Amino acid sequence: MSVQLVLLWSDVLLWLLCTAALIFGWRSMRLLHLARGWAKLGKNPIATGTATLLVAFLLVGLTDSIHYREALPPLPDAAPDAEIRYGVEVFSALDYLLEPLRTQNEKTYSAPFATRLYAMESMETAAGISRLYPRLTYGGAHLDDEIDRTADIVKRLMTGVLLAFFLLAGIYVFSRRVLRKKYPGFAWQGVLAALCAIVLVFLPLFFLTEGYHVLGTDKVGQDVLYQALKSIRTALIIGLVTTLVMLPIAILLGIAAGYFRGWMDDLIQYLYTVLNSIPGVLLIAAAVLMMQVILDTHPEWFATAAERADLRLLALCMILGVTSWTSLARLLRGETMKLRELEYIEAARAFGVPSGRIVIRHILPNLMHIVIIALVMDFSALVLAEAVLSYIGIGVDPSTTSFGTMINNARMELSREPAVWWSLAAAFSFMFVLVLSANLFADAVRDAFDPRYEKRA
Amino acid sequence: MLAYLLRRLAYAIPILLGVNLLAFALFFMVNTPDDMARMQLGVKRVTAEAIAAWKAERGYDLPLIWNGQAAGLEKASKTIFFNKSARMFIGDFGAAEDGRNIAREIRTRMMPSLLIALPTFLIGLAISVTLALFLAFFRATRLDFWGVALSVALMSISGLFYIIGGQYLFAKIWRLVPISGFGDGLDAWRFIILPVVIGVVGGIGANVRWYRTIFLEEANKEYIRAARARGLPETTIFFRHLLKNAMTPILTGVVVVIPSLFMGSLLMESFFGIPGLGSYTIDAINAQDFSVVRAMVFIGSALYILGLMLTDFSYTLVDPRIRFE
Repeated sequence: MSVQLVLLWSDVLLWLLCTAALIFGWRSMRLLHLARGWAKLGKNPIATGTATLLVAFLLVGLTDSIHYREALPPLPDAAPDAEIRYGVEVFSALDYLLEPLRTQNEKTYSAPFATRLYAMESMETAAGISRLYPRLTYGGAHLDDEIDRTADIVKRLMTGVLLAFFLLAGIYVFSRRVLRKKYPGFAWQGVLAALCAIVLVFLPLFFLTEGYHVLGTDKVGQDVLYQALKSIRTALIIGLVTTLVMLPIAILLGIAAGYFRGWMDDLIQYLYTVLNSIPGVLLIAAAVLMMQVILDTHPEWFATAAERADLRLLALCMILGVTSWTSLARLLRGETMKLRELEYIEAARAFGVPSGRIVIRHILPNLMHIVIIALVMDFSALVLAEAVLSYIGIGVDPSTTSFGTMINNARMELSREPAVWWSLAAAFSFMFVLVLSANLFADAVRDAFDPRYEKRA
Repeated sequence: MLAYLLRRLAYAIPILLGVNLLAFALFFMVNTPDDMARMQLGVKRVTAEAIAAWKAERGYDLPLIWNGQAAGLEKASKTIFFNKSARMFIGDFGAAEDGRNIAREIRTRMMPSLLIALPTFLIGLAISVTLALFLAFFRATRLDFWGVALSVALMSISGLFYIIGGQYLFAKIWRLVPISGFGDGLDAWRFIILPVVIGVVGGIGANVRWYRTIFLEEANKEYIRAARARGLPETTIFFRHLLKNAMTPILTGVVVVIPSLFMGSLLMESFFGIPGLGSYTIDAINAQDFSVVRAMVFIGSALYILGLMLTDFSYTLVDPRIRFE
């Protein structure tokens, strides 16, 4: 079947960002102080472990960032060489991999591993019409008798765990024999522990999802696990693309204020005091409200609903970026002010090196550790912020799957009788793992790159 | 000292003006009043007359900044900027979409907000500082490690989950307090206690970690080493010397948020149905009531600037080396 690749802006940016980060990481190995930071980071098992988890999340997000449109089946009376038409729905590579999860929808709520619906329905039986919990269309449909369910679950679980053990044993031997010898300083135990967790969760899940809705289904019968996996991309885009917006502003203005001083310093300081003094949520709310008006009055800008949601996501990143550059700019300004008084900068100036070259060659590389620390520290805060903003109604488009929209849709479910808890539980655990690994990684990065922490250790 | 305060006040005015201009630009220049009218009236069935009527009713039919047709001083005063933005300086916020006076609404809603925010702030501060001091006292032990690990775990949970989970457990399952609402007078405590507890627990992770680093930074200073060299017991050093000196960065650090407590908490108030400023803001955002959001932006920044001034002032109070200059 032929497909047409769709390039959403956020896809392009996410891929570009990852490539840029890789190139930057590679190149920064040559800068002495950064190379030392990376080496220190590699020796920390918590850092390597959480980094492995984050890479796993990133892989899910990146697979979800290759979009395509499927070709429609040709019309019955069409000529054989007729132009192929494509459907309006945009899918991603992740959708393709998770095809069963995406398409096997039930009627409404069903609990994790359930074989029956969570709501009663009137059904015709031998004894007339009665209210029953009907069997699910997909969840546990392969079971002839529901009594076998536990045995079936255990069987699938054991298959997964067994396979996971074989895989892990292989990885372990490989790391012992090859990796540890080739890169002895690196904290492989962290990577191994993280891989262990990933494989032990993923493989049993793989076998279980074939027969059940492992995390249940939501109000419209969609699989919650699928939604949670789709939310990862949104979280990553908010956490990463925002920094792409914020970084140039913060670096440019921070260095300009610190290096040139005078009226430029005053102006930039005034600018960020003004922005800082507006409560964050309100500033974002005001900007998002205005963005909504713009999007509503210009429906001609986007061809599909996916493009509209995507544009809104990017606009949110832009707004978050424009409102959050101030703290990094302030840090960079302070550090630049310290650096410009140092003798080697003075010497460069005495030799007549132009200001631009001094900034790029001598100041910027010495600010990089601050930038790196700020970026990883911001990531988890942004992921958490997205949930809150979506709850308030100024976050991502309601049609975009994200942790915020999941929580928002699920928040009334706890007050149902009996309570529907699995959507919240899924959003909670996915977010918790993502944010916790980001936080721990950020701590490790700060310890590795911040010279102030070095002194204390 | 009076001169100092006046100068600080004078410094605040251009910042407030900047906030005002920014809000003005966001609300009136990025989108014209026509766009807003279309938004409020619904995009589909809207006529030019309906838009004109909407604008006239709310005073949006004037020029933005400069009214060339008016005479004399009215050239500047008969404009949207003067009527909608500049008048906020004298506390005139105009009317909301539902016709109510925003200034009066804010005055009545301040109290419930404060009843939630102030106890949350004070109790949270006391508990966090105590726990942080405790961890710092046992620094580099297993207790410290697990304490920090727990703090990181606690701060990795979205605030939404604390609220949803807390409300579910305490109000729905155990029925200890009402699920939401607010009461008058002494009766209010039943509605206040749960939001306060959740607010304190939700903030503990990040705060404990932050105060712990402050304590540790202080613990590495020379005077602590000197005290240890004098043979003072570790408890005396911690509670007599360290606590006192570390309170300076902690207190001056939190002063900035005190005025902002008036703004209330957006999430807490909307979940628990507290009729405060936070829920007012959320309702305004959901109803796309631009005048209310604009007013809250202005008040929020005014309170923040007040907080900055108080911070400077508190430095001079706790640190005699800094004078009013």
